[in-house]
Amino acid sequence: MGRRAAAPARRIGAELSLTDEDLVAMYRMVALARAVDERMWVLNRAGRIPFVISGQGHEGAQVGVTWAFRKGHDWIAPFYRSIAMCLTFGMSARDIMLAQYAKATDPSSGGRQMPGHYGDRRHNLLSVSSPVATQILHAVGIALAAKIRGTGQVALAAMGEGSSNQGDVHEALNFAAIHKLPFVFLVENNGYAISVPAAMEVSVPDVAMRASGYGIPGVVVDGSDVLACYAAARTAVERARAGEGPSLIEAKVTRLTAHSSDDQQTRYRSEQELAAERARDPLPRFRDQLREGGVLTDAIETTLADEVAAIVADATEFAEAEPDPEPSTAMRWVFAEDWPSETWPTWGPGIGETGGDPTGETGGDPTGGAGGDPTGETGGDPTGGAGGRGSDGAG
Amino acid sequence: MALMTFIEAIRETLAEEMRRDGSVIVLGEDVGRKGGVFLATDGLWAEFGDARVIDTPLTESMIVGASIGAAVNGLRPVAEIQFADFIHPAFNQIVSEAARMRYRSNNAVGVPMTIRAPYGGGVHGALYHSQSVEAFFTHVPGLKIVVPSTPHDARGLLRSSIRDDDPVLFFEHKKMYRSVRGDVPGGDFLVPLGRARVTHPGSQVTVIAYGLMAHYALEAADRVAEEGISVEVVDLRTLRPLDKDTVLTSVRKTGKCLIVYEDNRFGGYGAEVAAIVAEEAFDYLDGPVTRIAGPDVPGVPYNHVLEDWFMVDPEKIAAGIRKLAAY
Repeated sequence: MGRRAAAPARRIGAELSLTDEDLVAMYRMVALARAVDERMWVLNRAGRIPFVISGQGHEGAQVGVTWAFRKGHDWIAPFYRSIAMCLTFGMSARDIMLAQYAKATDPSSGGRQMPGHYGDRRHNLLSVSSPVATQILHAVGIALAAKIRGTGQVALAAMGEGSSNQGDVHEALNFAAIHKLPFVFLVENNGYAISVPAAMEVSVPDVAMRASGYGIPGVVVDGSDVLACYAAARTAVERARAGEGPSLIEAKVTRLTAHSSDDQQTRYRSEQELAAERARDPLPRFRDQLREGGVLTDAIETTLADEVAAIVADATEFAEAEPDPEPSTAMRWVFAEDWPSETWPTWGPGIGETGGDPTGETGGDPTGGAGGDPTGETGGDPTGGAGGRGSDGAG
Repeated sequence: MALMTFIEAIRETLAEEMRRDGSVIVLGEDVGRKGGVFLATDGLWAEFGDARVIDTPLTESMIVGASIGAAVNGLRPVAEIQFADFIHPAFNQIVSEAARMRYRSNNAVGVPMTIRAPYGGGVHGALYHSQSVEAFFTHVPGLKIVVPSTPHDARGLLRSSIRDDDPVLFFEHKKMYRSVRGDVPGGDFLVPLGRARVTHPGSQVTVIAYGLMAHYALEAADRVAEEGISVEVVDLRTLRPLDKDTVLTSVRKTGKCLIVYEDNRFGGYGAEVAAIVAEEAFDYLDGPVTRIAGPDVPGVPYNHVLEDWFMVDPEKIAAGIRKLAAY
């Protein structure tokens, strides 16, 4: 291509102390998240997994922001589009795919939660629920504990602009600002809360404007500019670690897919708009930037593409082959100890040999009378998959 | 052994637990300098300082939600909701988050958190300073619900709650704070969660109660004893997990079961106890499982005549016992 000869005077990422290796690793993470995500949709359309909720279009902001945090030390309370964030913070493609298949070994929930509800205690990624924005308070509490214990940790909460309207967000930012907690709030603004455009959800042009109401910094970054997102997060993390308090980062991203596999976004977004949004895809933008900067070469790209394809294939095969959870485990972990439930199911307590009804009076079959499928053959039930799509079909 | 009021037992237990375990913090509205609107946390801020005794904004969802996060990251928060009536903004955090965290993470993450809340009427508190809210939460697997009735149990159960690895809601009847006294032994004794206590042995009618109603049930038992009715009173102490063994053992012995609770009758906690007794002790019953409970109006009215009408009291319980005994 001849571009390398015309290398720029200032190396990309130099002012951010990022090496070429860092940049390639960041690009690899964006590409991996995209490839995993795309595979999820293929599996959904093939009837292998019932539900998909996607992060396509958000990956640049997630990788850029997460890169500024210390893995295994800091904490993240993610949300349902946080595939790239979770991958960057330590989860593997296998871990993500296990959640799609809801297998017994799924580290997010052991197959208990819908796909998209990622969490992994090994990597300080907090389990997330479906009611939106609740996790911001958890992250603020984590930050409070970090301050009290003097651990030097910073906590990050991420969500969309739609979720940012919840009252928990106000309560969280107010408290975090009062106590100057080591907390960073990332709003991934993709312009839509399912079908409702941002102008009908947020009373100001930028969610970041609300930061001033708490006396904290609020910045808007282009969410398809990975390095701009990293720079904003690095500033916020430094501020948090220095004891100066929380920050709000609003990354303007694009949602390249429907809200979920149960949504058809052409019902509320025009083809023209969708085509225009493609131009804001962070993946080709980052690729072009790194190529122009001489960081990414044909050889590196080819290697990365092969590697990513192999990882996704492995993750899919691995997750599909893993066992489903046993019904005999379904009553476990209501509490740390076995749940001494007062009213067992009439079809058996569902606790294995170590547990069971302490009174022995309900007559449940402790060996698993509910009948788990030990062969795991029900895991990929194609009819079950189709049933999860809903009447809307998928866009 | 020391004689102390209900609230003194709670206050001293909080202080002791904070001394024993540096990871215990207290947060809530007015819990710091003021020491709580009932003075349940009096003295803690002076002893433990700003870092561990936190006066929060008026944000119940934050109090609980941040406690969840703090619990995840190594602390044992004791959150105070100033009145149980004000716990509802935190409902989502308690029910969707705290109760489900361990289950939904397949035991990867637990929430060792205690939420204390004064509840109950009979104190001229009207609709919004009198509520009994336990039934909203006893419905939810993943929560432990404690309602002590004596200083002894308050101390032993609060210790167990703070040291438990799962979320506990600890409801304190505010009318008992200074009106109830009792002996509390020294030493680090625990009252285990999930264990009821027979507080008055008897043979003809079982009365099941908790909180303030456990006291009123004892008074009622004394009144009808003079009439020759032998009542066994069971103080549940923990509503969830329910000590089904103690309940069923008593009902199987007496053959009659009256359940007393201050909350609205319809769908109240006692309804579940009644269902369990009906299902599992049916062959032993000599009369209908009955309930004495608060009327189904949207709150405790303020005027003292109306409040007296609302409140379950020893005489109303005694009337229920007489009727059931005569069945």
